Amino acid sequence: MRARVANALAPLAVVVLLIAGWQLAARWDLLANALNIEDFLVPAPSEIAESLWEDRALLADNAWVTLQEVVAGLAIALAAGYALAVALHLSPVLRRALYPLVVASQTVPIVAIAPILVVWLGFGIGPKLAIIALICFFPVTVNTLDGLRAVDPALVRMMRTLDAGRARILARVEAPASLPYFFSGAKIAAAVAVIGAVFGEWSGADEGLGHLILTSQAQLQTARVFAAVAVLSAMALALVGALVLAQRRFAGWAIPAGR
Amino acid sequence: MRAEAEAVELSGATFRFGDLNVLEPLDMRVEPGEVVAVVGPSGCGKSTLLELISGLREPAAGRVAVGGDDATRLRHAALMPQRDCLLPWLHALDNAALAPRNRGLGRSEARARASELLARFGLGEFLDAAPGELSGGMRQRVAFARTLLAEKPVIALDEPFAALDAITRGEMQEWLAGALAEIARTVVMVSHDVEEALYLADRVLVLSRRPARLVDEVGSPTPRARPRAEAVTNPAFLAARASAMAALGGEAQ
Repeated sequence: MRARVANALAPLAVVVLLIAGWQLAARWDLLANALNIEDFLVPAPSEIAESLWEDRALLADNAWVTLQEVVAGLAIALAAGYALAVALHLSPVLRRALYPLVVASQTVPIVAIAPILVVWLGFGIGPKLAIIALICFFPVTVNTLDGLRAVDPALVRMMRTLDAGRARILARVEAPASLPYFFSGAKIAAAVAVIGAVFGEWSGADEGLGHLILTSQAQLQTARVFAAVAVLSAMALALVGALVLAQRRFAGWAIPAGR
Repeated sequence: MRAEAEAVELSGATFRFGDLNVLEPLDMRVEPGEVVAVVGPSGCGKSTLLELISGLREPAAGRVAVGGDDATRLRHAALMPQRDCLLPWLHALDNAALAPRNRGLGRSEARARASELLARFGLGEFLDAAPGELSGGMRQRVAFARTLLAEKPVIALDEPFAALDAITRGEMQEWLAGALAEIARTVVMVSHDVEEALYLADRVLVLSRRPARLVDEVGSPTPRARPRAEAVTNPAFLAARASAMAALGGEAQ
């Protein structure tokens, strides 16, 4: 119990200290003076909190739009990323042919292709999903493939002498064994998914947190920009938290007892 | 257990790992229902022999037949690997039920058979236990149940108790002797322990250093499934042990 309280308090204490330091620096214009910028460009945490409360309806509406993009895009990335990993695992030819392309896909500058995707896929949710899926499938595929290939060969041989065919070995041994790896990739994907949504919205949208950030910047509403960023962070944290719960439920065997 | 025991026959079987000659042309026959142990210096190719018999590897030359069929068809032999190889995401019951499930049996039927066998093996209270919650001896019993439930006429055991401490190993040998007496299967087991081999098997084959060839054959002087403490101190047993050790000793230097 005591350890649990300490575990929860440690990150909280860090956040509180950071916010307090920031509050003081903003109050005394330390940061603005040091950077030689106008003080309204450095909102104090109290002003951000004020914006979170005052603009709550605006933030909630836009957060809902972004959340839908992120959840749908992430779901596509997890499903497609996992399926691709299985395909690359089953076919060495496919693995040699496609793996370089999988890596190359991550070198595509999203900001450069986002406007093109808008032209191709329209102004709606399409290009956002494409961008999120493009960023997020990569850690899922790479991690899951590592997991599939790391399966103990002794398990596979044992299954072969017990009448298991290729499909059954995949279903009963390789797929479960790769789940912890899949979840590691999925957690990375969830954290970057919100960035994908913001990029997508910047290239053409009339709603969403990314859009709100853009318009608030133009209006020099810096506190609201930071408030939107705080909501985005909370969204990513919640997604990672949901994945941690799913991992405990579906791959709990890989978590050592007592953790 | 419905599986009928069948014979295992190697005729002029050889095996190579690239340039490494692992197995000289080997002829051996295990009669249906017989329990044969193979002992030899470590690294001599004992495990490879079991992989040939269970069909996981193909001989470079010669033939390995199980039940008259080519072994590589993987139809007649089940392998119990050196480590228990229990799947950590399944509890004991489903680990044992894996073999009948692989054969296409429905889940409830497979579980019913597995739970009956596990109960006979003294694991009735541990059906829901994760492999990590079981002791080494219990894990080996689950792995043995899984192997039996494949209902293959031939069982290949690769150093089944090598990972256990000495006391547990003795207990498990006695347990396995009892379990083997109850089943009508052909068993080929590999061991580095002459005493274990003589205690469990009807016949012990001694292999040479790599490339392996047959150097001696020693019949077990005592009947199956007798108490271990009594068996291993029996004068005939000690004589057989000395003879096998001498054959092995000539190879170990």
